[in-house]
Amino acid sequence: MDAATLTYIFVGISFSLYIGIAIWSRVGTTKEFYVAGAGVHPVVNGMATAADWMSAASFISMAGLIAFLGYDGSVYLMGWTGGYVLLALLLAPYLRKYGKFTVPEFIGDRYYSDAARLVAVVCLIFISFTYVAGQMRGVGIVFSRFLEVDIDLGVVIGMAIVFVYAVLGGMKGITYTQVAQYCVLIFAYTVPAIFISLLITGNAVPQFGLGAEIIGDGDRTVLEKLDGALVELGFTAYTDGTKSTIDVFAITAALMVGTAGLPHVIVRFFTVPKVSDARTSAGWALVFIALLYTTAPAVGAFARINFIQSVNEVSYSDTPGWFKNWENLGLIAWSDKNGDGTVQYRAGAPFEGKPVFDAEYDSGERGENGERTIVNAPTPSENEVYVDRDIMVLANPEIAGLPDWVIALVAAGGLAAALSTAAGLLLVISAAVSHDLLKKTFAKDLSDKKELMSARLAAAAAILVAGYLGINPPGFVAQVVAFAFGLAAASLFPAILMGIFSKKMNKEGAISGMAAGLLFTVAYIVYFKFISPEANGAANWWFGISPEGIGLIGMLINFGVAFTVDRFTPAPPAEVQDLVDNIRVPAGAGGGHHH
Amino acid sequence: MSDDKSSTADDGDSRSAYWKANLRLLAKLLVVWFVVSFGFGILLVDWLNEIQFFGFKLGFWFAQQGSIYVFVVLIFIYARKMRALDRKFGVED
Repeated sequence: MDAATLTYIFVGISFSLYIGIAIWSRVGTTKEFYVAGAGVHPVVNGMATAADWMSAASFISMAGLIAFLGYDGSVYLMGWTGGYVLLALLLAPYLRKYGKFTVPEFIGDRYYSDAARLVAVVCLIFISFTYVAGQMRGVGIVFSRFLEVDIDLGVVIGMAIVFVYAVLGGMKGITYTQVAQYCVLIFAYTVPAIFISLLITGNAVPQFGLGAEIIGDGDRTVLEKLDGALVELGFTAYTDGTKSTIDVFAITAALMVGTAGLPHVIVRFFTVPKVSDARTSAGWALVFIALLYTTAPAVGAFARINFIQSVNEVSYSDTPGWFKNWENLGLIAWSDKNGDGTVQYRAGAPFEGKPVFDAEYDSGERGENGERTIVNAPTPSENEVYVDRDIMVLANPEIAGLPDWVIALVAAGGLAAALSTAAGLLLVISAAVSHDLLKKTFAKDLSDKKELMSARLAAAAAILVAGYLGINPPGFVAQVVAFAFGLAAASLFPAILMGIFSKKMNKEGAISGMAAGLLFTVAYIVYFKFISPEANGAANWWFGISPEGIGLIGMLINFGVAFTVDRFTPAPPAEVQDLVDNIRVPAGAGGGHHH
Repeated sequence: MSDDKSSTADDGDSRSAYWKANLRLLAKLLVVWFVVSFGFGILLVDWLNEIQFFGFKLGFWFAQQGSIYVFVVLIFIYARKMRALDRKFGVED
């Protein structure tokens, strides 16, 4: 059987499993729809959280980013895991004690204000749609590369699957599908990593293989070899970074705080029966996440070594099949700048911008060596290869020459990662609309049954919008990812944290803090990403902090403004202060029901 | 949410002691959280990279592996110590 047939089988089996779980876990009340009746076992919730959290970005893109960034890639590794410490210690247990359904609901109640609730809803919807568009693009890439269907059709199939289990099963359906998706994705991620680690170092544990010696290469370790090879080709050493220390610090901090403030992650801790369960569940979530996150640096380093070996100084006609497959999708490009017919891989961009292929290609015209001709203006760099970082994980099994079933497995894993995160995001969007906008603000007399119906309609509408964004990806998707974390760090995280740890924080302080943090962060990102992208460089950044890390400053501004305004405005009403006292102790959380 | 209206003045004192103990524990754990990631992985990385650790430069290892392991351990320590605190102050759920 070839890789495509195997991929159809693997993807088919995994999709049937998700649908089966959806039918088994249909729900009938809003509590089940929003928080799975608060009856999810903490280990199960940990696993679901891991799948919810690990998106197409973690599965498909992260190892590729690390492969090309080296040490600088550490910002993602530490940023996207360290946030769980903040979540477990500072937010999750108290929000579970509060015991309602959504993040805006907590902010609205704690700050006794519909305005605060609305600001939170707007942030939540913006963050979640930014994120979900990326998932749908991931689904499209996997479908088009491995199943050779149109990207658009791939997105539609993905939408249909999510529709079934998110709309039918709500949080309960999503939770148990996410558990299945976690198993698929972690298996798909670690199996090729183990294979490759064995091939390169003879060590079956990728986490150790990363530090081990390479087979048949004297006594050089993987990292020594990478450092040497990259410096020779004109890159910075793998274990050194090019970002400044302050920028690495700020990006890591913004990602950590942003992670802890992402609504679709926080809401997962509303689904466990007890406060103490919320604490251990966050620990389990990080165990399951760490399995992938500690494997990713090894995958990245191995991929970079394999990539250099199989491409650099190889004549185009001898390049492996995967090189041409990805070239046909436009994610790899080669331009024979020195006319020797071999591929030179060096530091620097080969030509300006993303590759634009000669239109003649469609009629069968190719360059002298059979490559797709590029019309971009070449740069002075000796580098001739353009490679999209997103392909590294998907191409890795092929690059390492692994069997076809491993390639099929990776395709199923990529889809599991994208779909599980998309479902979690769509659920928080639908809950924010039906619960926070309708039930809590504009239609307070909505019956439970009608609210459930509107939650389902909102989920369906959100899926349509997400699908539209997946099929017509706005050109700025990659740029706006910084937004999602920056906004969560500058708005939601500080508001929730002060709501728990400062009894006296009032609505005036919280709202003005959120507004100041948001405005500053949005203005900084919009300026450098959209208004003057040419100015986006360390020389123009404030304190040398890039837009990716500016959420940290946004958060500090939020705290500063909030505490200043709070000093000059009346303290919150007694019942709100009682609420804070109440959420600080676990007793009386009101358990959920067992599934 | 309000099913523990039985609180008395004594309860208030014990709850405030419970909260202070919680804050002390949080502070200790967050110091470790900061040191292994921002400290060892970022601010001191060049200095630690002089040390070899199982084939890794130590600073690089903390940035891409070690800090993550410590994060996991920190959360479980917190969960265990808080369970003990909950019991000691009689506020477990």
